[in-house]
Amino acid sequence: MLQTISKKRKIQSMFFRNLMRICGWGCAAIAFSICAYILVRGVGELSFGFVFSKPSYIKETIGILPDLLNTIYLVVAALALVVPLGVGAAIYLCEYSRNAKMSALIEHAAEILSGIPSIIYGLVGMLFFCQFLGLKTSLAAGVLTMVIMNLPGMIRSAQESLKTVPVSLKEGAYALGAGKWKVIRSIVLPACLPGVCTGMILCCGRMVGESAALLFTAGFAHSINGFVQALQTSGATLSVALYVYAKEQGNFDAAFGIAAILIILVLAINLLSGWIQKRFGTLD
Amino acid sequence: MQTNPYPIPSKTELVAGSQKSSKPKRKSDQIEKAVEIIFFLIGMICVALVLLISIYLIAAGLPAIQKIGLIPFLTGTTWKPGAAVPEFGILPFILSSVYGMAGALIVGVPIGILAALYLAKGAKGKTKKVLSALIQLLAGIPSVVYGLVGMLVIVPAVRSIFHLSDGACLFSAIIVLSIMILPTVISMSLGAIESLPKAQEEGSLALGATSEETLIKVVLPAASDGIAAAVVLGAGRVIGEAVAVMMVAGNASNMPGLFESVRFLTTAVSSEMSYASGLQLQALFSIALVLFAFIMMLNVLLNHILKGKKGAC
Amino acid sequence: MLTARNANYDSGCIHVENLNLWYSESHALKDICLNVPRGSITALIGPSGCGKSTFLRTLNRMHDQNELVRIEGDVRYQNQNIFDPHIDVSALRKEIGMVFQTPNPFKMSIYDNVAYGPKIQGIRKREQLDSIVIQALKDAFLYDEVADRLDQSASALSGGQKQRLCIARALAANPKVILMDEPTSALDPVSTHKVEELILSLKEKYTIVIVTHNMQQAARISDYTAFFLNGSLVEFSRTKEMFENAKDERTQNYISGRFG
Repeated sequence: MLQTISKKRKIQSMFFRNLMRICGWGCAAIAFSICAYILVRGVGELSFGFVFSKPSYIKETIGILPDLLNTIYLVVAALALVVPLGVGAAIYLCEYSRNAKMSALIEHAAEILSGIPSIIYGLVGMLFFCQFLGLKTSLAAGVLTMVIMNLPGMIRSAQESLKTVPVSLKEGAYALGAGKWKVIRSIVLPACLPGVCTGMILCCGRMVGESAALLFTAGFAHSINGFVQALQTSGATLSVALYVYAKEQGNFDAAFGIAAILIILVLAINLLSGWIQKRFGTLD
Repeated sequence: MQTNPYPIPSKTELVAGSQKSSKPKRKSDQIEKAVEIIFFLIGMICVALVLLISIYLIAAGLPAIQKIGLIPFLTGTTWKPGAAVPEFGILPFILSSVYGMAGALIVGVPIGILAALYLAKGAKGKTKKVLSALIQLLAGIPSVVYGLVGMLVIVPAVRSIFHLSDGACLFSAIIVLSIMILPTVISMSLGAIESLPKAQEEGSLALGATSEETLIKVVLPAASDGIAAAVVLGAGRVIGEAVAVMMVAGNASNMPGLFESVRFLTTAVSSEMSYASGLQLQALFSIALVLFAFIMMLNVLLNHILKGKKGAC
Repeated sequence: MLTARNANYDSGCIHVENLNLWYSESHALKDICLNVPRGSITALIGPSGCGKSTFLRTLNRMHDQNELVRIEGDVRYQNQNIFDPHIDVSALRKEIGMVFQTPNPFKMSIYDNVAYGPKIQGIRKREQLDSIVIQALKDAFLYDEVADRLDQSASALSGGQKQRLCIARALAANPKVILMDEPTSALDPVSTHKVEELILSLKEKYTIVIVTHNMQQAARISDYTAFFLNGSLVEFSRTKEMFENAKDERTQNYISGRFG
């Protein structure tokens, strides 16, 4: 008859197996409870007046429309800059660079950038954009800071999808006598679109959630402005407003309302990026 | 910096470029050259930014260090910028950051690695999908939301469990931070574990080891480089986190103790930035420089680990 | 438990009855019936994709990790169905060892590689481990080559040495049966020769089942040969018989090199 393994080994293995299971489920439970807690406390705050008005000191009401608009302005403006720059840098790395050292230098720089804490971005953004370039504390300075912060991530996403463009496709185009730039425009760029979309969505998530870097660059005013006006003046995004309400003013109801919106946005972003990956993810 | 990356050639140029006569050919070559230079410049933006940030931080941070003196600045235990005789010692901030990092890693890393092992080898099918989706969610939650939850759930809980007058302390910060590094540790470790070739694992199983024994004795050692990288990245995230720490750590410039209200390097910068001026403001920049030095050290460490990994393959 | 068939259990070591295996939707093994004779070398041959490796990996339940695999039928070892839920798969694999196609030593020292199995089984005493390791290395014809560097990493060994180390590692776990999945396909001719000699020398103490794509190898070292084609067992007989006078036309064609 076959023997069984010793009781000690059995118990050890079972212990470890359950430890793994507890940790795995524990992490998931933490994620679930944070989201559930925020949504339960916050969704009740989301009245029409809360979302679509501005704060009034006279009526003592809180409205987050300015913050919502500022967030949209910030994300749109920053994406408009970071997408071409990120894709461009990725194209240089994947298609043009023949010098391995140069590529390594750029990739290394991008790695360093992605490791720098947001508070330092906030500080340098304040020194460079607000003071040196004279933008003052304004949404524009915040936008530029966000561009720097999100550039490495954008390059990474674009690079990954560029790598999936089949060489045969490019060679076919070259064989037809197309120049490099033409091949890039007509073959490479369309093929990496899904990756760039994923990258954009991830950038959106980071920008919507960012607060430390924006406190000192974009400021925390709550006034409703048009796009151009907003870029020139101080304005809080949702996350910054949440920080200010919770930490400086102790207004937790408003904070939870904003937090609920943020969580809903994060959920939407996760679902969307998951969908894009599923839809376009594996080309092969 | 805002060069247009896609200069669209006019129609005539395109038509000319596709013709085979020699003169327009040169023109299309020029376009190619110009495009390449533009892409090169865009590529170099990252390098320029790293230089810009380093130079700005050094330029802004050095004056205060010169005035205060490097040793008193780094080893001074008192931070009283507003006193009649101001003192600028940032040792409390450095130690708080280091303790916070150590604590968060001690709590978060084992849990993260075990969770990654469970995702890689234990959980199957639907369970795995649900768990990874939830953990991915953890990565997307903004730090200010972590701060809010910490402020309203963890801080009161710590206060009542340990009978403190105020629960905003290093301990609360460690708990919040260890949750915040979980997604980083889990996804990096998971990647390292899943990229391992199956051969060694099968070899161990075929010798009669249980799958758990195989995980501990063969899989974890083989994935150790990737896991080390995960730990360093997690450390970077802890050292650099400002907002969540600001909301749960109490923010007094004490020397660190587990239940003391503390200030990290990051929160030292942000808490006085809005009103500081003169030497105090310069000293805040110096703190940022110290923080930057920490991050760069972690970067070097990370590269060292990853390079070792490449060499082994 | 299923009723025992009237097969002769004394001369057989592993009894396979009506084994079917599905890999996802594809039917990879079809109604395999086979008795692996004790104390002999059984070769599994057939064109690639015929299921011979899949079959081999069924014998020590290496498909357990794979959710896509579904198995029906009976594999009996020591009169127990190895798929019985009471069977401890680790204990089964301790009895039925395995050597893989590509040498897969652990990233540890040579000594620790060989001591891995005994250590797992709870042997802690240094002298006992030493004697097991040395004996296993000697049995695997490797001891003389590595005696002075047992504490060095196994990754410095040559391919053939690595494979013999893997065989030593399997021997140290004290198995009764050793399954070998094309153990020489990644090796050069000289190393292949050494490993073949080693396999022949092991026959006295162990029952060996070896998958090979090399028919000369099957003819050289095996006592019995099983020919697989498209997931079915076409023919199973003494090696000499099969190579001189195969009953089935497909076997003849394969052996004479007309396909595969």
